[in-house]
Amino acid sequence: MTAPAPSKVSVQGVSMRFQTDGSPIEVLTSIDLDVADGEFVCILGPSGCGKSTLLNILGGFLKATSGQVLIDGQPVTGPDPRRIFVFQERGVFPWLTVEGNVAFGLFRLRPTEKAERIAHYVKLVGLSGFENAYPQELSGGMKQRLEVARALAVNPDVLFLDEPFGALDSITRLVMRSELLRIRRAEKKTILFVTHDIDESVQLADRVVVMSTRPATIRRIVDIDMTHPRDLSAPRYNELRDLLLGEIGLAHKI
Amino acid sequence: MPTRSDVERVLLPVGTAALAVLVWALAVRFSHTNVFPSPLRVLLGLKELLGKGVLGHYVGDSLRRVATGYFLALVIGIPAGLALGWHPALASAFNPVIQMARPISPLAWMPLAILWFGVSEAAPGFLIFLGAFFPIVVSAMNGVKSVPAMYLQAGRNFGLSTPRLLARVVFPAALPQILVGLRIALGIAWIVVVAAEMIAVDSGLGYLIIDSRNAGKRYDLVVAGMLLIGVIGLALDMVARRFEKLRTVRWGFQGESA
Repeated sequence: MTAPAPSKVSVQGVSMRFQTDGSPIEVLTSIDLDVADGEFVCILGPSGCGKSTLLNILGGFLKATSGQVLIDGQPVTGPDPRRIFVFQERGVFPWLTVEGNVAFGLFRLRPTEKAERIAHYVKLVGLSGFENAYPQELSGGMKQRLEVARALAVNPDVLFLDEPFGALDSITRLVMRSELLRIRRAEKKTILFVTHDIDESVQLADRVVVMSTRPATIRRIVDIDMTHPRDLSAPRYNELRDLLLGEIGLAHKI
Repeated sequence: MPTRSDVERVLLPVGTAALAVLVWALAVRFSHTNVFPSPLRVLLGLKELLGKGVLGHYVGDSLRRVATGYFLALVIGIPAGLALGWHPALASAFNPVIQMARPISPLAWMPLAILWFGVSEAAPGFLIFLGAFFPIVVSAMNGVKSVPAMYLQAGRNFGLSTPRLLARVVFPAALPQILVGLRIALGIAWIVVVAAEMIAVDSGLGYLIIDSRNAGKRYDLVVAGMLLIGVIGLALDMVARRFEKLRTVRWGFQGESA
């Protein structure tokens, strides 16, 4: 086998069928995908196409009907603290403070190291001063930052983000995207980001994986050949946007 | 300056209570009853009880019985409920029995309680335990069942073992619902103790009521006992509600009126 660059995440022939009332529903059909170390990949597709299912398989929360997922060459058999899944804002624990949430995964660390980590990541996501606040006292965007901080605190190599900004208003969403890019510059992670928002994918990703409607296959993988910070009114931005729109639009017509 | 909310919070309930006492007093006066006591006679009755030095002793006995039975129900009910909520097979096995036993009033167990425990402290304790146990075990079970899958998934993702997951995710996530069960159970325990004391023992507020009636038809003392039971019940509920205001559980009570 000749692999030019070893892939961090390798999805090999993954298919998924759910059994409901006797009739199996095909959700994913032979998905193949390789993600390089440190790459930011957006998985873009219409609602209900199975992209979240794919992310849950990658995270080890669902077992594929066939095919396998390798991370660092090892098959994924279950969730692992080296790869953290970030939900929409409701994933933070409401019974813990900001500090308590960030500390959640740090139970194996010594107290001094733990305190340093907490302080670092609270600051990184811009929640300084809110250490003792409870999630219900925070805005939607702040809760989302908190969840990202909780994930980063355990120093994972891979982040899975499942429409993390989906519940936020459009202005907050824009701010959060640039925040995520800023955090990514500070902490180089491999990121798989599920979204149904075309703009979001063009603004964030190195590559966009376009999924078809269910049963989902990969329609196309588009390289976003723009450097950061990306100019949202640049001709290239609009070209890529239109290209993806076309792919999604075609998907809708089937 | 009193705000509108002050008026509603203090003036309205106090005024309504005062009005009820007034209606009571007038009703006694104009019906010319010799049996039913006026508010004043009830007050004098209370004073008499205090003078005899039995009141504190009776209240203490009732509270102690509640505390014993309730504590037992809590210590057994919460772990049992957590286990039932966590293991679907356990719930399938035990839920029908629980749902069948639950609507049986603890008082229906009285003959059996006396058969098993005799006329002793254990009999009312057992009845209080039964009354408090079911709301606690059911709320803990439902609390665990309704923990969002996302929290469990997050907990597993950070590498928590099952015991850690139960302690750090499942229990705190279910706690608001458990507290509601605990509060309901406390109210039931207080109702049950009074009834149990009318039969099984010779002290406590329930005994005070039944004894006042049997030994001389002292309805002033009967009503005094009833009022005391109500006031203490209210106080217990207020204490239980305070726990729902704690910051670690307040998220579970969003949208409920304060």
